[in-house]
Amino acid sequence: MSHTEVVDSKEAWGGGTSPFAAGYGKLMMWFFLMSDALSFTGFLAAYGFFRHNYATIWPTAENVFTHFPFMHGHQPLIYVALMTFILIMSSVTMVLAVEAGQRMDKGAVIKWMFWTIIGGLIFVGSQAWEWYHFIHGTELGAFELGIGTVEINGVVEQTQGIIGRWADESKQVLLLPWRETAGDLTSPYITLTGDALKEALANGQAVYGANMTHNEYGHPLFADFFFFITGFHGTHVFSGVVLNFIIFVNVLMGTYEKRGHYEMVEKVGLYWHFVDLVWVFVFTFFYLI
Amino acid sequence: MEHSDQPYKYAQHHSEAEGKKTRRMVWNMFWVLLAITSIEVGLGLIWQDWGIPFHLVKMTFIVMTLVKAYFIVAYYMHLKHEKSFLKNSIIIPYVLLALYLIYMVITEGTYTTFMEYLW
Repeated sequence: MSHTEVVDSKEAWGGGTSPFAAGYGKLMMWFFLMSDALSFTGFLAAYGFFRHNYATIWPTAENVFTHFPFMHGHQPLIYVALMTFILIMSSVTMVLAVEAGQRMDKGAVIKWMFWTIIGGLIFVGSQAWEWYHFIHGTELGAFELGIGTVEINGVVEQTQGIIGRWADESKQVLLLPWRETAGDLTSPYITLTGDALKEALANGQAVYGANMTHNEYGHPLFADFFFFITGFHGTHVFSGVVLNFIIFVNVLMGTYEKRGHYEMVEKVGLYWHFVDLVWVFVFTFFYLI
Repeated sequence: MEHSDQPYKYAQHHSEAEGKKTRRMVWNMFWVLLAITSIEVGLGLIWQDWGIPFHLVKMTFIVMTLVKAYFIVAYYMHLKHEKSFLKNSIIIPYVLLALYLIYMVITEGTYTTFMEYLW
């Protein structure tokens, strides 16, 4: 920097010491994380609103994310639970790296940061895998109803855009996702068979997998929010891995050993814990509720 | 980065003995977080078969999530042991604005109902 004015720490903050007792970088990381947390709060609040608004036809994650790598059959929530465990674990290795840095133990910092990066990479890979299955969909697919009406408990309802799932491979019975009470997933679905089914098939379309406008698992907004929120979180994980890697290289080169402190590790540590923190909320609101 | 010749004084250092205590805390917190997550997943898998009402399950999930968030922020991110000035300047704006955001979504959200009639 061209300007080399020396600021005496006695004169900083009007002569006192920092009321935060924290370095500039760490302080700004905290403020950044607070604003980022507000972004995620907004997204999840919007998600919660629409999930509540369309409670009777909203898909539930346990019926959508049922795959586990290298295994067949119905494995609801197990893989995402494993992903959550991996991210919590990488948060643990990160906090251990920060702790080692405060003891100036370079070897331990290297070891724990290495495992943190590995955990982050596994998590990003798992998310990509989940996206692939969500976009790809099931072999059976689903059916999106066109303009028409259907009678439910004596009330005539519009069918346009409603996603029905096939009861089995013969495709003779279509299950419509209306539930008697919102949120009560145990209440029976409405079925379409025979002539009513024929009529419905004539003015709808088959849907396989999910994209921004169609979603075989249910309301398209579910897919939109899934892509947006997990995508935004995945971007954070990815940039967290990149930041961790840069700091990891610096640790290897002995930059912080020379500087006399490992505060940089603490700063990326804050970011990494934040990523874990957001996932705790995404996991609850997207996968559990 | 430093404009002063004096050594950087805000970096935190601790001894081997304190490190041992911190590590024990880290692993204790890990077991707590793992236990809460396991209970959440277990509850997510069995609540329909056991016939627990959905709104109760939903509230349990939210409370458990807030507890987990508290542990992560307070202990892993170390906010509990920062100066109260720092604590307050993070927590107060966040809580106020988050509540405001949720309030906005709930009140202005009625707009979507009108959108459906247009569509």
